[in-house]
Amino acid sequence: MRRALRWLMALCVVVATSTAAYAADPRAIDLRPLVQALGSGGYSGTEKALAQLSEAGDPAAVPVIEALQAGDLHVRKADGAVVIARKAGDAFTLTDPLTRAALGDAPAAAVEKIRINNALRRAISASLGALTLMSPDAGVRRSAADAVFKSRDASALETLSAAIAKEQDKGIRAAMEQARAAILLTGEAASKMTDAEIQAATDTLTARGDRDALVLLNMVAGSGASDITKRSAAAAVSTLEQKLAFWAALQNLWYGLSLGSVLLLAAIGLAVTFGVMGVINMAHGEMVMIGAYTTFMVQEAFRAYAPGLFDLSILVALPAAFLVSGGVGIIIERSVIRWLYGRPLETLLATWGLSLALQQAVRSIFGPTNREVGAPSWMSGAFELGGLTITYGRLWIVIFAFTVFAALLVALKRTWFGLSIRAVTQNRPMANAMGIRTARVDALTFGLGSGIAGLAGVALSQIDNVSPNLGQGYIIDSFMVVVFGGVGNLWGTLVGALTLGSINKFLEPYAGAVLGKILVLIFIILFIQRRPRGLFALKGRSVEA
Amino acid sequence: MLLRFFLMGLDRKAGIVLTILAILAVAVPVMTLWVPADSPFHLSVFTVSLLGKYLCFALLALALDLVWGYCGILSLGHAAFFALGGYAMGMYLMRQIGPRGVYGNPELPDFMVFLNWTELPWYWWGFDQFWFAALMVLVVPGALAFAFGWFAFRSRVTGVYLSIITQALTFALLLAFFRNDMGFGGNNGLTDFKDILGYDIQADTTRVALFVATVAALALSYMIASGVIASKLGKVLVALRDAESRVRFMGYDTESYKLFAWSLSACMAGVAGALYVPQVGIINPSEFAPASSIEAVIWVAVGGRGTLAGGILGAVLVNMGKSYFTGALPELWLFALGGLFVAVTLFLPKGLLGLWGQLTAKLPRRNKASPLPNAQPANQTAGQKGA
Repeated sequence: MRRALRWLMALCVVVATSTAAYAADPRAIDLRPLVQALGSGGYSGTEKALAQLSEAGDPAAVPVIEALQAGDLHVRKADGAVVIARKAGDAFTLTDPLTRAALGDAPAAAVEKIRINNALRRAISASLGALTLMSPDAGVRRSAADAVFKSRDASALETLSAAIAKEQDKGIRAAMEQARAAILLTGEAASKMTDAEIQAATDTLTARGDRDALVLLNMVAGSGASDITKRSAAAAVSTLEQKLAFWAALQNLWYGLSLGSVLLLAAIGLAVTFGVMGVINMAHGEMVMIGAYTTFMVQEAFRAYAPGLFDLSILVALPAAFLVSGGVGIIIERSVIRWLYGRPLETLLATWGLSLALQQAVRSIFGPTNREVGAPSWMSGAFELGGLTITYGRLWIVIFAFTVFAALLVALKRTWFGLSIRAVTQNRPMANAMGIRTARVDALTFGLGSGIAGLAGVALSQIDNVSPNLGQGYIIDSFMVVVFGGVGNLWGTLVGALTLGSINKFLEPYAGAVLGKILVLIFIILFIQRRPRGLFALKGRSVEA
Repeated sequence: MLLRFFLMGLDRKAGIVLTILAILAVAVPVMTLWVPADSPFHLSVFTVSLLGKYLCFALLALALDLVWGYCGILSLGHAAFFALGGYAMGMYLMRQIGPRGVYGNPELPDFMVFLNWTELPWYWWGFDQFWFAALMVLVVPGALAFAFGWFAFRSRVTGVYLSIITQALTFALLLAFFRNDMGFGGNNGLTDFKDILGYDIQADTTRVALFVATVAALALSYMIASGVIASKLGKVLVALRDAESRVRFMGYDTESYKLFAWSLSACMAGVAGALYVPQVGIINPSEFAPASSIEAVIWVAVGGRGTLAGGILGAVLVNMGKSYFTGALPELWLFALGGLFVAVTLFLPKGLLGLWGQLTAKLPRRNKASPLPNAQPANQTAGQKGA
């Protein structure tokens, strides 16, 4: 607590000194005549005044130039004053460009727009870039540095150097230095630089280490610059390419893991109903969908009654979805599936029928369109890890998938309920003789599998469209995962999901998303031929059961 | 020899089916073309096409019943063979359009011109000839089924696993045919057909002729299927459906038997698709959707699995229901279909024909004193129990 306070105070001091530094800028001059000059002398007059404004380096000029860019800057015909005029109905509302004071309304005929052409537009964005580099707001300075990096406008060089000298924030200074390096290496200045300076500039760009930097360095290496520049750029390119390839592979692996965990979530409930009980549940996808719609309902309730606690809605939705989907699962088991044990193909048809009816029911209640499920604040956004971009949503889903998997494993291996499930699966009459109520265990097992599907629905509602067709997209994939991994084996499902996810993502860059998926399906079909019972096949008597 | 094969399958049920089909083949053209339009017996061309569509589905159901009812292979991908046959016919019809397309290119179908292709891909060669397309209608589904079955049956993939990989097969084909660069029209499929064998495809006479062709194909397929079932080969098929390991241990090469029935069934499904396309006027990738395959399974289940005639009955009844519901109560159609799936599996495991069989088997026993053949086995079992 105390430490946090100290941080806060330090932050205040930094902010105070930096704003003070800007306020006490010795170069501060009166902007009024310069702004006034924007309105006279046609395009060339405007351009000249614009150049002077940006040389003055006062951030107060930024709104004026932005108004010019947006076409809001006008000259009042009565006195020739330059004003911001925004259309309000038939008339224009006038404000003073510098003080922002309201100047009343004027009819359209009383003002004349200061027109801009393409050359001016370029000049405007350059000067905006330069001016915002001095802004007291750190976010504005960073985006300005990025804008200069992209535009590589040589006229921003001086301002950039000044800004670098003044910059306190390490990250922003680095961004500014990269922008300067980009201008130096690609502009005319390159021919006058010493070897050491060139080396320093390429090093700065290499340190940036992203695709933009690579493009720039490639441009330099292929340009008409001096040999020394080209050689050092070429060396930097090869280092950078290796690094990028490494990160790209890692990013693919992450995408694979992420897709794999989605598949795992969708398939894990099926691993219980299909794998453990041997019930082909084609309505599994609809259990996922019901979970997603439960999330939607919970969020609606939060929006209506406790909007402040919206971030917690997902946490409430998890048990709710588990219970709702599990309950529907138990009803289905008691009413339909229990009559069909030992007839897998009939079960398949009946559950397919149920899935159609459930889809139509949801469509009738909620409508056929997608429903909006929001992400809590702790699940939105992304962070960078080296060259990896990882979104929090995906990260949470990966964590969640593995948690559910571990919890299910523990439940099956370490609890009384899990023991009963395994006993009934392995030898039904014997379990019955030992006093286990097999019918109830069947219902609860099916409920467990469906409930887990509901949990998957909560997670999938964050990354997919919540519509009545949500489940259909996952049912085939889930079956592939379970069959590929080996029926009756949870670890097989885990390995199957991660393998298929990774294969899919590694194929995508070469074959495209659709062809990649087709290849994976063909791979599974061929794989089943080699190992008809999946990766981790059960051995012994239970196989024929 | 061939005649004997066909006659072998002709039992009373086959007689009824073939008689109904023969009546249809005569009555429908007469009622459409020669009965005046204001007569209550007049059939509109629209109805004829609709009936033709149902009979195409009936042929698909017949093909499915052959493998599901008699070999125990539940295919969740039979619509794939149907669609492949349909695409083969669609390709012929596309080539018949010639320079009458929107872009007026005599060689290339419109969608290829649209994609800036300059020449016909090799797999479109020959489809301007009807005989070639007709051959492909049989060969493409048959060959795919043969290759798929060769691998699957040899590695002894059975039951649910087989069902799931057939579903994967049709799903993979669905995704593939959605791609524009596959050269089959992508999302939109093949449509806008002009004529078939030189006759205008919209003309009343052509429509009626297509209907008659469908009836003929269905009758012929029925005769082939019932011939196969009645032959020794059919007995082996039924035996391996009920106890595959036992049949294998008796020295039969069960894989080859299954492979034969499976490929034959795929060819029939291909013919059904080929007849379907000119009557409906379009073929697109949605025919490959796993849902349409499963829907075909329910036709068979409704009519009665393992009866051949049941598949035909089920396909016609369910599709008539579908036409009615989707027109009158579109909201309820999926409820009805879903309920049908559940109700049939729970209450009608033998389908409508089976229900008929159950009823007729019970009736005489209740009314009259049981004749000898029934009483004998009952006594025997009682005796065994007592011993």
